[in-house]
This record gives sequence, structure tokens and C-alpha cells, in this order.
Amino acid sequence: MKRIIVPIKQVPDMNKVKFDTDIGRINRSSAAAEINPFDLNALEAAVQIKDKLGGTVTTISMGPLQAESALRDALSRGASDAILLSDRAFAGADTLATSYTLAVAISKLGGFDLIICGEKTVDGDTGQVGPELAEHLGIPHVAYVSEIKEVGEKMVLVCEMEGDRYSIESGSPLLIMVTKDINVPRLPSLRNTLKARKAEIEIWTAADLTPNVDQSRFGIQGSPTRVYRFTIPTEEGRKGEILKGTADEAVRRITDVFEERRILQGIK
Amino acid sequence: MVFAEQREGRIHPVSYQLLGKGTEIADKLGVGVSSVLLGNQMEEKAEELIYYGADKVFLYDHPVLEEFDLLNYKHNLVKLIGEVKPEIFLLGATRLGRSLAPRVAAALGTGLTADCIGLDTDEDGNLIQIRPAFTGNILAQIKTVTRPQMSTVRYKVMQQKARASNRRGEIIKRDAELVPSLLTIKKQERLGEVNIAITEADVIVSGGRGLKKAADFGILAELAEILGGVVGSSRPLVDGGWIAREHQVGFSGNTVKPKLYVACGISGSPQHLAGMRGSDVIVAINTDPSAPIFRVADYGIVGDLYEIVPKLTNEIRRRHSE
Repeated sequence: MKRIIVPIKQVPDMNKVKFDTDIGRINRSSAAAEINPFDLNALEAAVQIKDKLGGTVTTISMGPLQAESALRDALSRGASDAILLSDRAFAGADTLATSYTLAVAISKLGGFDLIICGEKTVDGDTGQVGPELAEHLGIPHVAYVSEIKEVGEKMVLVCEMEGDRYSIESGSPLLIMVTKDINVPRLPSLRNTLKARKAEIEIWTAADLTPNVDQSRFGIQGSPTRVYRFTIPTEEGRKGEILKGTADEAVRRITDVFEERRILQGIK
Repeated sequence: MVFAEQREGRIHPVSYQLLGKGTEIADKLGVGVSSVLLGNQMEEKAEELIYYGADKVFLYDHPVLEEFDLLNYKHNLVKLIGEVKPEIFLLGATRLGRSLAPRVAAALGTGLTADCIGLDTDEDGNLIQIRPAFTGNILAQIKTVTRPQMSTVRYKVMQQKARASNRRGEIIKRDAELVPSLLTIKKQERLGEVNIAITEADVIVSGGRGLKKAADFGILAELAEILGGVVGSSRPLVDGGWIAREHQVGFSGNTVKPKLYVACGISGSPQHLAGMRGSDVIVAINTDPSAPIFRVADYGIVGDLYEIVPKLTNEIRRRHSE
């Protein structure tokens, strides 16, 4: 293995973050930022391969300058080096513009054998950047990988698609998207954390990616999808009936409801 | 245009649901609905697509297309779309759809919206795509400025039309143009049915942190069994290793839409609610009357699941034996 690339995203801690419905944006100050949890599985998979076969794990992220802390976290978890794509021109990107920007940056890096992505991000929840990135780079991809059996010239992967398990063989280069079940991500080691603190993280701007690219494909300009409204789902139509009385009475009432709603039909 | 997804020659039901929604939108716009089917010996199934609402079916029949051959699927779809130029291209938000759609969108340089739960059109005929954001607590409405407007749409949210075997349409056979696959796919095994069972189940009885130990899932399993359902779980218990991940309901687990969802000892984190709020009837059992789960429930019982659930199982058993 020469090089494995792991694209990561910094996201807010979704268990704590609040949403500002007035401006239709998450309130970033309401929760700490962290590496997208799904990306930790991708990083772990890459570092395990590096530990076994050598080579480098390059982690790359697009975001504001604060995203540097996510990259440092990735270094403390075993990544070899890190690149941050940060420029106002990249802001407001949807998955198409994000994947394009990543593709341009990765091409600039030179060769690689494998790109490992997480299944999706917890904030965007699209899972689109991986396959779109592979398309821009002109390489095949395999999504929902639950096991990496062989890596190198020949890759053998296990992929799970709703109830079926497939074995997929490929050459290199390849992009894979791993599921959360593939491994248990390691914690940052003390030695790597100290190293990560001092490490230099390269920052690339739009100007660093030119001249060979189309700048109009970056950021909001290069994003064909537009969120134009947010609504808060209501629970209208729910009865919201709290059953009063003793446990026995409540249980009888619920069973009545099951009968009325024909839920008990066809039970064994 | 609707992508008709097949595996082992069976059309995924989401495709019929998309044809149902597609016809509705097409009627509003005054256009027709087409569908594209890639597979091997699928002509009969192409007829089915017409019965469910397609006016035209582009059929690609080739042994290479029997399995999901990513690059050949993409290549032929991109070519067809370039030629037919549909305004809208819909795919099911299945694993296959979510792997294939972004490839096609990136190749076409068009926008794609993931995992939509609603589709509509505005006064200018643009597609309004509605999808959950922020772990399902917010619904985002999204428009696409490029063409085709592409979306993957969640399974079981759109209504299919009644099958009409007298419906007529046109099957247009196309020769598949083959490119190197680069991937060799081998079906390995059929997995345990659990994962399918929970997303397809009519009844789910789920446990959360109100359970005191892993073995107590047995109490829920008994109720699930008599209701012909399966056991679900909130995330903490899965993370704690009490039950397999296939049982997890919620944002990072399975999105479920059963006829009945019984939440036992589940407080109702936004992440959990995102995975089950589409259930027909929701019953919540929790000792804490202020638990958020009660806000999405149709019926709530403030009480201890250890008392209520066995009583409920017995009551159903008693009535059934009568």
C-alpha cells in the first residue's frame, strides 16, 4: 500500500446540538464539534491496513479553519498526514460541489491505492459524497462494506445490501464506503496525541487548486441543490392519549384499541 | 423517469411506489411517466411497470445487468438520460439506489437529494423535495436548479397505484452498451432475515434504558411474539452490547414504519424518534410522564414496563383464547 486517503467531515455533536429554526441553520455554538462518527470507522479501517502493510494514511477535510481540530484528532488516531481545504469559495457546497472539490484536491496529491469513506455524515445524512467523489475521479466504488478481506493489487470486500451479502473483487485504485459494523474505532493514543499537537496541517485554498480547474464548480456556485425552506414536523394526527387508571385498566384499554385497529387479526 | 430496481429478477416495491407518485406529478405537469429497467430476461416485469403506471419502459436486457454492475448501470443510465432528457429522475433510497444515484448525478453534473420522504411541485413546475434534516427534527425543502432533478426516495412513504393489467404502454428495448465492470460481484449468502424483518415488520416492540438487564428483552419478545412482531431497541442498549445492531431503531439504525410500535422504557431521544415516527400507531410505556416519547405517542401508559408489558401479553393471550 502506498497511500490510503480518508476524507473526513467535522460535525457538531448531534446529541447536543440545537437547531435555529429562524435562520434554518444549526446553532454551532450549542455543541462541540467532532469528527463525523461514521468517518472514525473509515479512519480505523485505513490505520489497520497501514499497521499491517505500511504506507501512509492521508486524511483530508473541507471546512472552515476550525476543522483543523478534527484533522488533529484524526492524526492522534493514527493518520499520517492531514490536509484542510478551506476557502470562502468552498462555502455553501452541496454534495456535488463538495465531491468535486475533494476530487480536485486528491488529484493534486498524486497517486493513491484506496479511498475509504464513512457510510454517511450525521448532519447531512446523504451518503452521496463518496460515490460522487469516485465518479469525479473515474474510479469504481463499493458502498456498504462490512469487511475488508484483502487489500493491495487485488481488493476483496464484503458488501451488505438489505438481507444479502456479496463478495466483491476489484483492482486498485478504488473507493469504498464502510459501515459502522466494520470495526470499533480506537481511541487517540498518548504518543500520537502529542505528535498531532505539533503536526503541521497543510491548508489549501481555492487558489492552490487552480489553475487547472473550474472554480465555478466550487461552493454555493457549483451547488445545484438549494434548501429554500425548513419546517418542523408536527405530530398532528397523533391521539396523544395518556391512559388513566390502574395498570390493569390501562392494559385492557390498550388491548381494546388493538382490537379496534385490527392489530390482533392474524396473531398466532 | 423512475428507475425500476430489480434484484434476482424481482422488482423492488419502492419502484411501484415511485411510479405511483411519479404519475401524480406527471399528471400535474401534463407529461408522461417513463421507467427504466436493467436486468436479465425482464420483459414480463417490464409489463408490470406499465400496470403500475409507466407509459414507457426502457428495457435493457443483458446477462451482465442481472446483478448490480455499478459501472454498466451508470453508463447506460447516463446515456439514456442524455438522450431522453427527463425533467425528473427518481430512484428508491435503498442501498442500491443510494450507491448508484450519486454516481449518475455526478456524471450528469446534476443535483441529487437523498432519502426524500415527500415530493411535490411548485407553481413553476419545479420539483419540491422534502427530506428530514438534523436527525429528523427538521424537514428541509429542496429545489434543484439543474436537470434532471434527481432524488432518492425512502421506501414505504409513497403510495403505489392499484395494479391495472389492462393498462397499455410501450416497452422500448435498448441494447446495453457495455463498459469494463472493474468489479466482480459474487453473491455470498443470504443474511439472517432480522434486518429485513424489522423494516418490514407490522409490529415492533422496542426496549430502551428502562430495561435493567439484557435478559429482560425476553419480556418484550413474548409480547412481540404474540403480536406476530419483532423486538427493536434504542441505541444505548445496542451500543452496550445487549442486543444485535440489526434490532436498532433510530437515526443511525433502522427507519421503521410498522402498523404498531410499542416503545417500552424508551425516553424518546430525537435520534430514536427519527427512526419510528412514521409508525401507524405508537404506544409508549414509561415511568416518566415527561418523557418526550409521549409527545409522539397515540397512547401512553405512565408505568413500569416490568408490570405493564407482562400484563398486556397476558390480556392479549386471554382474549385470544376466548
